[in-house]
Amino acid sequence: MDFQYLFELLCGGVVKGSIYALIALGYTMVYGIIQLINFAHGEIYMIGAFVAFIVAGVLTLTGYSGLGILPLAALIAVIYAAAYGYTLEKIAYRPLRNAPRLSPLISAIGASIFLMNYVQLVQTPDFLPFPELVPDFEFLGDLTQFMSSVDVVILAVTTVTMIALTVLIKYTRIGKAMRATQQDMVMARLVGVNVDRVISATFIIGSVLAAIGGVLIASRTGQINSAIGFMAGIKAFTAAVLGGIGNIPGAVLGGLVLGVAETFGAGYISSAYEDVFAFGLLVLILILRPAGLLGKAVKQKV
Amino acid sequence: MLEVRNIQTYYGNIQALKNVSLTINEGEIVTLIGANGAGKSTTLMSICGVTPPRHGEILFRGQPIHHLGAEKIVSLGICQVPEGRHIFPQMSVIENLEMGAYLRQDKAGIKQDIEYVFGRFPILEKRRNQAGGTLSGGEQQMLAISRALLARPSLLLLDEPSLGLAPLIIKHIFEIIKKINSESNTTVFLVEQNANQALKIAHRGYVMENGAITLEDRAENLLSNEDVKRAYLGM
Repeated sequence: MDFQYLFELLCGGVVKGSIYALIALGYTMVYGIIQLINFAHGEIYMIGAFVAFIVAGVLTLTGYSGLGILPLAALIAVIYAAAYGYTLEKIAYRPLRNAPRLSPLISAIGASIFLMNYVQLVQTPDFLPFPELVPDFEFLGDLTQFMSSVDVVILAVTTVTMIALTVLIKYTRIGKAMRATQQDMVMARLVGVNVDRVISATFIIGSVLAAIGGVLIASRTGQINSAIGFMAGIKAFTAAVLGGIGNIPGAVLGGLVLGVAETFGAGYISSAYEDVFAFGLLVLILILRPAGLLGKAVKQKV
Repeated sequence: MLEVRNIQTYYGNIQALKNVSLTINEGEIVTLIGANGAGKSTTLMSICGVTPPRHGEILFRGQPIHHLGAEKIVSLGICQVPEGRHIFPQMSVIENLEMGAYLRQDKAGIKQDIEYVFGRFPILEKRRNQAGGTLSGGEQQMLAISRALLARPSLLLLDEPSLGLAPLIIKHIFEIIKKINSESNTTVFLVEQNANQALKIAHRGYVMENGAITLEDRAENLLSNEDVKRAYLGM
């Protein structure tokens, strides 16, 4: 057995999976609180990538150079995406808060189609080359046969982001309010949590994560267009369901499992069937563990 | 302190409350008794702003509150322990208590109040790091009441605190309610199906039937009222 090849695939899978995880977190957090699959989440990710593309382009044109471009582009992408996520919830979901469950779902699909076509219209339907913003890290040395500099940046950024998210949810006031709302919305209101604000915050946080994912993936694949949100969205959604929708560690695990399964399938069998492995795995998990890997029917005394 | 005037509350097109009026004075324990589905819980949820009334008004210390959001009403000092306790199941006992103090900023005061409820319910201190969902029914009820106390309410609304509990624990809970009322001068509005126990600790009582108040009197009078005896006290 070729261990070097195996390790290479594993690294690739983990890198890919960590980005799935980043986007999946947005799905799972929103679902946890309002039981809605936000199908427009993939579009937020795409918009994040586009904003970063534009900012990076403008910065490069003005002669600005150096390491600062990527963080700066990412920062502005994050702010834009947060604004989009916030507005999306206000316009597409909030008016339907008390409607039957299917209505916001339809609205989500509508919002997704709208955003995709909006970007296609005002930008372009063509693929655009995303600039290489990550310099080659000399210090990687031999490690480069497994991981490029971009991959290292991706792993570092996703790790830091996830730690930050964990701290936010566990210890901050808004994080506690989010957990309370997720576990019992009526009671959260009865202790004084402004549920509307919590839902807005959830969309903003999810969108920030999606935008970070968008910028990272675009710097890895080197190209973007207005339709990338669709596949990324479906994959991340798959990851969220795989881990157990509504479960935050589940989304991370689901993302990693999905990423690794895809790369292994592609590497050992055929890359033409990459998506088949992803969705085949989903079907398998749903048959064997319908609640997802970490999801469980919560037992509780009454 | 609280004045409910002719409120009508609906769930969709179904009217749950038909012109409910009641008054709660500072320092009282007032109980609302009635059968299943009479509208007792809806009355509490209307006061708290979770299911706001469509008509009528609710005044708290003379100010109208029926247009305010639930979180605003909590900040005025009206706190509810809902039916079924509604403990946050995946949060620890401590975290549940901290959620009760969500609107408070005084860290030292919160800590002191947590010590106070631990003194009152030692079992909660023993379970401080255990997830709320794993507690027994009685423990959950103690936690629910403690959590409400952490908000330092001036008006405490209790919905069926005795539901599903063993007689000994019920007795304990009612003693605590009485103590909360007398020691910290908290006004209590107690909704109960266990009319006998509720009327024993209350000053006044209301009887509710089919979404309307049908009787109002001092608690001892209701205890000896023939209709109440037959319908709610099983005598």
